[in-house]
Amino acid sequence: MSLSVDARLAARFAGRELRGGLSGFRILLACLALGVAAIAGVGTVRSAIEAGLAAEGSALLGGDAEVSFTYRFATDEERAWMERTAAGVSEIADFRSMAVVTRPDGTVERALTQIKAVDTAYPLVGTVGLSPEMPLTEAFACTPGPCVVAEALLSDRLGLSVGDSLRLGSKDFTLAAVLTREPDSATAGFGFGPRLIVRRADLDGAGLLEPGTLFDSHYRLLLPPEASVDSVKAEATRQFEDTGLRWRDARNGAPGVAQFVDRLGAFLVLVGLSGLAVGGVGVSSAVRAYLARKTGVIATLRTLGATRRVIFLTYFLQIGALSILGILAGLALGTLVPLTLAPLIADLLPVPAQFGIFPGTLAEAAIYGVLTALIFTLWPLARTGDIRAATLFRDAMGAGPLLPDWRYLMVILALAGVLVLSAAVFSGTWGLTLWTTGGIVFALALLTLAGFGVQRLARRAHGLARGRAALRWALAAIGGPRSEALPVVLSLGLGLSVLAAVGQIDGNLRSAITSQLPERAPSYFFVDIQKDQMPGFLDRVEGDPAVSRLEAAPMLRGIITRINDRPAEEVAGKHWVLRGDRGVTYSGPLPETTRLTAGDWWGEDYTGPPLISFAAEEAEEMGLTLGDEMTVNILGRDITGTIASFREVDFSTAGMGFVMAMNPSALEGAPHSFIATVYAEEEAEAAILRDIGNAFPNVTAIRVRDAIDRVATLLAGVASATSWGAAATLLTGFLVLIGAALSGERERVYEAAVLKTLGASRGRILTSLALRSALLGAAAGMVALVAGLAGGWAVCRFVMETPFTVIWGNALAIVLGGLIANLLAGLAFAWRPLAARPAQVLRARD
Amino acid sequence: MTDPILSLTDARLTLDGNAGPVEILRGISLEVEKGETLGLVGPSGSGKSSLLMLMGGLERATGGRIAALGQDLTAMDEDALARFRREHMGVVFQSFHLIPTMTALENVATPLELAGKPDAFTRAHEELKSVGLEARADHYPAQLSGGEQQRVALARASAPRPDILLADEPTGNLDGPNGEAIMELLFGLRDRHGATLVLVTHAPDLAARCDRVIHLRDGVLDLAGAAA
Repeated sequence: MSLSVDARLAARFAGRELRGGLSGFRILLACLALGVAAIAGVGTVRSAIEAGLAAEGSALLGGDAEVSFTYRFATDEERAWMERTAAGVSEIADFRSMAVVTRPDGTVERALTQIKAVDTAYPLVGTVGLSPEMPLTEAFACTPGPCVVAEALLSDRLGLSVGDSLRLGSKDFTLAAVLTREPDSATAGFGFGPRLIVRRADLDGAGLLEPGTLFDSHYRLLLPPEASVDSVKAEATRQFEDTGLRWRDARNGAPGVAQFVDRLGAFLVLVGLSGLAVGGVGVSSAVRAYLARKTGVIATLRTLGATRRVIFLTYFLQIGALSILGILAGLALGTLVPLTLAPLIADLLPVPAQFGIFPGTLAEAAIYGVLTALIFTLWPLARTGDIRAATLFRDAMGAGPLLPDWRYLMVILALAGVLVLSAAVFSGTWGLTLWTTGGIVFALALLTLAGFGVQRLARRAHGLARGRAALRWALAAIGGPRSEALPVVLSLGLGLSVLAAVGQIDGNLRSAITSQLPERAPSYFFVDIQKDQMPGFLDRVEGDPAVSRLEAAPMLRGIITRINDRPAEEVAGKHWVLRGDRGVTYSGPLPETTRLTAGDWWGEDYTGPPLISFAAEEAEEMGLTLGDEMTVNILGRDITGTIASFREVDFSTAGMGFVMAMNPSALEGAPHSFIATVYAEEEAEAAILRDIGNAFPNVTAIRVRDAIDRVATLLAGVASATSWGAAATLLTGFLVLIGAALSGERERVYEAAVLKTLGASRGRILTSLALRSALLGAAAGMVALVAGLAGGWAVCRFVMETPFTVIWGNALAIVLGGLIANLLAGLAFAWRPLAARPAQVLRARD
Repeated sequence: MTDPILSLTDARLTLDGNAGPVEILRGISLEVEKGETLGLVGPSGSGKSSLLMLMGGLERATGGRIAALGQDLTAMDEDALARFRREHMGVVFQSFHLIPTMTALENVATPLELAGKPDAFTRAHEELKSVGLEARADHYPAQLSGGEQQRVALARASAPRPDILLADEPTGNLDGPNGEAIMELLFGLRDRHGATLVLVTHAPDLAARCDRVIHLRDGVLDLAGAAA
């Protein structure tokens, strides 16, 4: 009979079978729905943010396009080009400084702030939100002027109210209003302090923005409607190719945010995939249980002359229809939940989001759902071919081969390949996808082995439990032929593995940043120290007995534009050193703490062509060798030097680390300031800050502990998002557990009835059931711990490059969590076996 | 003399049990003529049901040769056996084995549908009528009594007009009057369609209605039993 005839016949049979309702498929539907919903939900939020960023690109950027420079303002020529090209231009300078408040009692409070010095055109696009409500121009016109507006965080930190005075550099300002909304905040990136906005003209006489001050200038352009962004960009980069000019436009207004959202979204989708894998285990178990119930029907159909193909298609179509139902429910849930919670989510997000239905995102989730359903149902479905007519009078379902026919196996492997490929294409991160897939496959393999291992161990340990009836029954149930060990260990284990890995990675990173780093990191970074201020600065700090170490160096910033006269990215790819500007220093003699790994340091009085000493590890990653020529754009001027040596630079200590050092004559002429790191006892920090602040108001102090706290907060957010993803995986695992408990309930009821007949008390039966669940849960927890530790170690060692130590609190919580979760699931399903009357159960069985 | 419709030569069946291989049938040789009714009797565990399953290709012989209508069943794969059954055989079980999600009519129509008969439901309806269950066509197995279920099973087995009817203790799960009614129907159907009937039974009166009775003991033909 042809395939189409068989398929039509199978469809008829499938339709008749499905009239029985969905009662046996609730777990299958829930597993698929939850897995797909998690992925669709994450995707919808990610798409909403992307849509928000795209729609508000101009407002986020503060204009149609932005031209930026590091450490300098635009030259007259550059400025003239902007005026010519754009319909409107706004200039801002972005830098850090100290805000100082002197209390009536004479005490002085200082706080780091991120200053945005603006012109009268600011903001070109969007509006600044202030409290009390007023236009920015009105705020700047307050009396007594000059005036500033600042975020509540700064006013709170300094105890300022609107109308109070604060000092920036050596000039006093009035806080005119609290900044509640900064339209272009998403472009600012990672700031160390709360935002303060001031007119640039008002900073005259404050001693800030002096030559050598570390600052960025941004020019927001409003382009005429007829202008093509691409051609303006091309003209700008061509005309000012070697000036260090950076271009950004509204099509990608906040690339940092967009990239972060994209990466985090991709990662969460991958975590969601692990949830779908757990769901797959549940789907597989549900299909297996369903087919076990249908063995008689299948054998009858075989007796009546049905071929393997008709039988396979009959059940494939049934499971397929139900899977589609589950996937559709998941898509609906994954869309409706974010849509319903849209106002709440939008409030929590620091970036704009436009919620809606995103077909691409839903298609992605549906593809994952379909592939997962196929991969996990084909295996049990393939075994319908092994059911022979003789099964009607002999239990043959459990006796079939473990692996399906090789053709099915090949299809399953191919589908798994397509799933990984789809995940890689959709997430756009091959490395992350392959790592995650590797992790999931490793965990699944480990858990499968552990499932069988637990069964075997239970059989072996049987003898040890002699005399302890409840334990012996529990071990017999775990090691016996209808053991729930494998589905329980698999479903609970995978969710716990993800949670354990996230916990270990998060704990290790946090420990590296918040505990280990401060031990090695300096107390303060002082930046913008002018050359003539250096002697006074050193006098104050060097003479302090609480200061254990002091490092100071001249600091400039430059962008590597060319290597060996070729564009730098062509030679070294997208290495982080090439992204944006990097610190450059100079020194005549070889600094005491510097260790060269190759080449020679220039002589102390060297005045020849520029020579460069480059960070050794980064040089190796970029493929640089001694003698390579490198062009660095500093303050709009190209300096081409030859790499004369490589040196060790440790960026992990948060100390002073320059990728590039040059000989003094190459840089001394350029305006620059000094940077210093001070390692002091914690109790002396305040006094140093006070004295330096009083003596040098223009010098900015960055307290490393504050910066570490901010990084730690950011990391905590990422870890918490990931933990939510892992929790979804665990929830799916819990569903699978319930499915396993449900499918074994009849057996447990029968077993309890027989035990009661033999004189077992309900307490003893309950103890046995509880022991069974607790032992399996603990086993799943322990295997998850091994998998999680291995995953955590691999990520810390190879991705984060931080030392790894086991976070024991988290580890124990995982094992305990597994034990408690399975114990609860077990106890929830213990009621029926305990309540069952033996006579009723046994008569029904006969 | 015509060729036998069923022919077994040194048929053996050994199954793997937990305690090692178990010999169920140990070299059975017999022939069944076309149109004959053969009764298989013997104590529990003697292998009579297994022998019936071998004849129907429902179980694979581990040794010897089994032929039906001149075709070697031992040489066929599972799908070929399934196709052979739907063309030539009908099977009735002690436990009925109706498909619970299908109505009585659909149960009877299933082998006809599998055989690709376009008038499957019309014929199934007639078949149900012939066993007196016309009014129960739309009932599900769970809504039928044991006797009614077995009548549906009989209708299902005879609907494709099989050459061979195999019945494994068809009255074993039924009380006296119901059992008798089923036997009347079974023999009636056989007479009407001229099929060969092989019947496993414990009931001596039922065995007595067969043209020939074969006794089994411990997996071999018990000639002494037959003589007794």
